[in-house]
Amino acid sequence: MKLAIISGGLREPSSTRLLADQIERSVRDELAALDIEAESSFIELRPLGRAIMDAMLSGFAPSPLEEVFDTVADSDGVIAVTPSFNASFSGLFKSFFDVLPEEALSDMPVLIGATGGTERHSLVLEHALRPMFSYLHAIVSPTGVYAATDDFGSQEGTLLSQRITKAAADFSRMLRACGPHQRRDTFAEELASMEKLLGGGAGDR
Amino acid sequence: MTAMQFGIFTVGDVTPDPTTGTTPTEAERIRATVAIAKKADEVGLDVFATGEHHNPPFTPSSPTTLLGYVAAQTQQLILSTSTTLITTNDPVKIAEDFSVLQHLSAGRVDVMLGRGNTGPVYPWFGQDIRQAVPLTVENYGLLRRLWRQEVVDWEGKSRSPLQGFTLAPRPLDGVPPFVWHASIRTPEIAELAAYYGDGFFANHIFWPPSHTQQMVQLYRKRFAHYGHGDADQAIVGLGGQVFMRKNSQDAVREFRPYFDNAPVYGHGPSLEEFSAQTPLTVGSPEQVIERTLGFREYVGDYQRQLFLIDHAGLPLKTVLEQLDLLGEEVVPVLRKEFEVGRPSHVPDAPTHQSLVQAVATRTPESAPEGEQS
Repeated sequence: MKLAIISGGLREPSSTRLLADQIERSVRDELAALDIEAESSFIELRPLGRAIMDAMLSGFAPSPLEEVFDTVADSDGVIAVTPSFNASFSGLFKSFFDVLPEEALSDMPVLIGATGGTERHSLVLEHALRPMFSYLHAIVSPTGVYAATDDFGSQEGTLLSQRITKAAADFSRMLRACGPHQRRDTFAEELASMEKLLGGGAGDR
Repeated sequence: MTAMQFGIFTVGDVTPDPTTGTTPTEAERIRATVAIAKKADEVGLDVFATGEHHNPPFTPSSPTTLLGYVAAQTQQLILSTSTTLITTNDPVKIAEDFSVLQHLSAGRVDVMLGRGNTGPVYPWFGQDIRQAVPLTVENYGLLRRLWRQEVVDWEGKSRSPLQGFTLAPRPLDGVPPFVWHASIRTPEIAELAAYYGDGFFANHIFWPPSHTQQMVQLYRKRFAHYGHGDADQAIVGLGGQVFMRKNSQDAVREFRPYFDNAPVYGHGPSLEEFSAQTPLTVGSPEQVIERTLGFREYVGDYQRQLFLIDHAGLPLKTVLEQLDLLGEEVVPVLRKEFEVGRPSHVPDAPTHQSLVQAVATRTPESAPEGEQS
């Protein structure tokens, strides 16, 4: 089973990437418990920043970004983690999904995660990430993971681990239920519908 | 008869010159467009094509008016469009406009059909953008019948029905203008062109060559599937974008501010990146020749090459210099070099004369069903 982990963190090291890594490890463990082997591809958005903006302005993706699009579309599940900015995901994170071909996430199991300065921003998962992925026809796992800065230390950290384990278990059951993801071939779909349209209406060739 | 046609296509944009801040008036832009078309004829290019737009900052809202005026002042140039909106124009009006233009220009006309680049054009003309593809199919079906059948009875969704309608004037010599279908990335349009055995024109400016290759391959394959000939006998046209100076560094230096501020891709990728990712070539005439000859490697031997040379605020004088370079240094070499290794069964670029000839030699059994008049 192929997993794509998308991290929208801007700093290096990044707590968003830290959270993404922890979720990935936990999902892999949960899948292993279900006898499912997982292969992970990590996608950091920061190095793709210019490519994402070029794609937005020119209308086509430079080839490194196109490869990343293929990685996402060819995966069986996506873990998407963003920092919280101004009560929402970061602009870079949103921009990536704005230029990603819109069918790429159709029927794709997605686990959502976010980081923020304090726990007061935790509903960013439900108010920003979940609606966007629902709009893209992804199958969003019911349990997301939010981590505030404090969650990375002291006893809060144990609670974060527990939340990650819970989210990973839910996501893994969903991945198993959904099975391998079929990538949509819109090129072939459009061609087939055109063939029908021509055969159906215009018999005067 | 030439195997390949070379020409230019214009968007007709009114864009400030970023190096001077000067913006031409609409009148200046339209007169410049005419001057560019006349120059294209003088330097021996084969085709001039104009876009169709219905909003500022573009001027060509009435392409056949412009082309009729150009026809009167040129000798050899084939007048075409890039593109005519098959979705929002009434097919009856398209048929009439191009019929008259055919007669006025003595057959120096063909048409490239497309779907426009701005969403609101659909509601402005009473259509629904979500129906773009079905509209294309229905309208083009009607357009073909108007050009081919003397009396047309027709009923559809996009316009009022026709009962016993006859197009006037009838197409010149009974032969409609050759039709190209243009697309940047829509497989449906390649399929439409293949279905009817029409030409397929790939924009080839805004997308990487790999996408153009995919579309042209699809068109060729489907052209053969529908029985119009072998895949390499399909009629292919490509766009392209060049800026030239004798010295390639001068070309880059002079074009950069126009590139950086261009309405479509400005403020995004660098000139160097865009040149690497798309067919844009900024450099010496030799570099343009080399790059253009390379197009054949991924689309096969083809019939028409159009260059975009007058956008992004480039002044008229500069554009006319580009035409001198194209006419004197680039196109003569391209004509010769594209001939090398071109198989004899690959058709020449279609002209009115070649279409008249084809009808004259066609046996009745080979005529397409249902379209005899």
